[in-house]
Amino acid sequence: MSTASIPRPGLFGSFGGRYVSEALIPSLDELTAAWQMASRDPLFLAEVDRLNRDYVGRPTPLTEATRLAAEILKATGRSVRIFLKREDLCHTGAHKINNCLGQALLARRMGKTRIIAETGAGQHGVATASACALFGLPCEIYMGSVDVERQSLNVFRMKLLGAKVHAVSDGTATLKDAMNEALRDWVTNVRDTHYIIGSVAGPHPYPTLVRDLQAIIGREARQQIVTAAGRLPDAAVACVGGGSNAMGLFHAFVPDAGVRLYGVEAAGDGISTGRHAATLNAGRVGVLHGARSYVLCDDDGQISEAHSISAGLDYPGVGPEHSLMRDTGRAQYLAVTDREALDAFQRLARTEGILPALESSHAIAALPEIARALPDGAVILVSLSGRGDKDMGTVAKALGVELH
Amino acid sequence: MGTRIAEAFSRARAEGRKPLVLYLTASDPDLDTSRRLLVAAADAGADILEVGVPWSDPSADGPAIQAGMRRALKSGGGLTSSLALCRALRDARPTVPLILFGYANPIMVRGPVAFAQAARQAGVDGVLCVDWPAAEDPDLALALRAQDIDLIPLLAPTTTPDRARAIAEMASGFLYYVSMTGITGAKLTDLTGPRRHVAEIRALSGGRLPVAVGFGIATPDDARAVGSFADAVVVGSAAVRLIEKAVADGRDPVPDLRAFVATLRAALTS
Repeated sequence: MSTASIPRPGLFGSFGGRYVSEALIPSLDELTAAWQMASRDPLFLAEVDRLNRDYVGRPTPLTEATRLAAEILKATGRSVRIFLKREDLCHTGAHKINNCLGQALLARRMGKTRIIAETGAGQHGVATASACALFGLPCEIYMGSVDVERQSLNVFRMKLLGAKVHAVSDGTATLKDAMNEALRDWVTNVRDTHYIIGSVAGPHPYPTLVRDLQAIIGREARQQIVTAAGRLPDAAVACVGGGSNAMGLFHAFVPDAGVRLYGVEAAGDGISTGRHAATLNAGRVGVLHGARSYVLCDDDGQISEAHSISAGLDYPGVGPEHSLMRDTGRAQYLAVTDREALDAFQRLARTEGILPALESSHAIAALPEIARALPDGAVILVSLSGRGDKDMGTVAKALGVELH
Repeated sequence: MGTRIAEAFSRARAEGRKPLVLYLTASDPDLDTSRRLLVAAADAGADILEVGVPWSDPSADGPAIQAGMRRALKSGGGLTSSLALCRALRDARPTVPLILFGYANPIMVRGPVAFAQAARQAGVDGVLCVDWPAAEDPDLALALRAQDIDLIPLLAPTTTPDRARAIAEMASGFLYYVSMTGITGAKLTDLTGPRRHVAEIRALSGGRLPVAVGFGIATPDDARAVGSFADAVVVGSAAVRLIEKAVADGRDPVPDLRAFVATLRAALTS
């Protein structure tokens, strides 16, 4: 057997790879090669920079959260400085646009004439639809019918942006099923269609491609915090569903051994209830959507239904590079419940005048625990990955408030 | 390796016909009915049985097999019961080749080595894993080889010649050519591409392995047309749709399937 002659690209330790239908392999090869060329092409990079500045509004600010820090001091006895990387101020309301613009540009460069994407909360769908409108590319979005229901505002936004939204009712009718349906579309229309995966998940080269496009979060934040705090942070914190904003933040700090990296997963009703989305805390090694990584599944290998109040974290898989960082210990992965995330949502609104996305609220909720693990005077950098406007309906319902 | 598979091909050749490979999802609509269905299919003329392992996220399958997997999961189907089904089929029909057809996660969770051992004990002759290309990760191929089980690889219209050659080198049993870029149960409209590709693949593998063609073959006419250039013909979704209809009508699906398989077999007998 001559397997040694065949390269195995896109591995993070034993995680990642390309576990997909054979028909998709040539397109993944093509995408890998196109990204290798584009990411070294000064003209392409200049175009990405220009769009990031003029369209997305980058660099996003770094905001010190002093009143939030005061509450954490009260709760933990630990005096820390907290800096928020304001991805919520990106055009379309979250970090997702960083990836979509780059991939849409890449698709255009590859001569692809049609874009598809999956979406959970709808943020990636809105960002993809916006990028496609900007470039005049036809766009179709797959979204679980449960999510279509609970994120109806984002569905309307995508339609206004010219995208066609397909409601997927198969399986659990959430993000994972939307991704299955997008893969079915892709394998059928693979010659002219580019699939914009929204997270650092999926087959190679997606985990690398999406990380590279999101790494601007950490690159900017690293410079900004050195200016603001006079040094590197003691910890960098971000929520993890598939893990794109976390990997985008972490990437610039991986070589800095003094910077602890914390990912925060959704514990839903609590990990012990089984109703959660804490893949790295409670999953096992398997294959979902093209990569070997931790997944939530039963002994027979059937994928479990994930649960989180946040649709963007409601996913039973996670990007393969996070699985490696979990196993090597380079990053630690905590989990907070729906209740804790809701409390953090309100705490940030009250103390800083910022309504975070429910996804990002998970990162805020983990701050007391992280502060306790750090010395007094510690500097903590937090990715505020998105804004909470889309979550008003969900939060109102959880707090028992009726909106009209 | 794969004595039963090779024998099925030479038996058909001796009888002047192309082998029929029939796919059904294990435990669709329940374990015992799927056992009766597969035995009936073999008796009615299916040369090779493909037993689909029900999975929660069948992203390479179209609506018919998705629905079949949902019915199967509802009745407790999965990898464990698929292996039990193979054991029962092996005992009932000792010479019929059994191919286990599934997705990577149940195999990965169990571990490829433990899976291959269990498959061997269940009397499985070949394994086809839709989303585990051997050229990307050889662990499954190696584990199967150690148990004398054939790895049946998929080749697609988009597979490059170099890659096809590498895939064929790692394969045994037969090669499975996917007739189109698409999902199971889609409509196959143009046969010129598949006809050309099958000839190319046969040449690339030096004629060492037969080339079966699947995806989009729904009727006896389709089977006859594809059988004119393929070494074997795979039918899946069309058979699964018969089960769906019979179950919806509250009838036993076995007679319908038996009749369907007989017409396919007749179409493949020149």
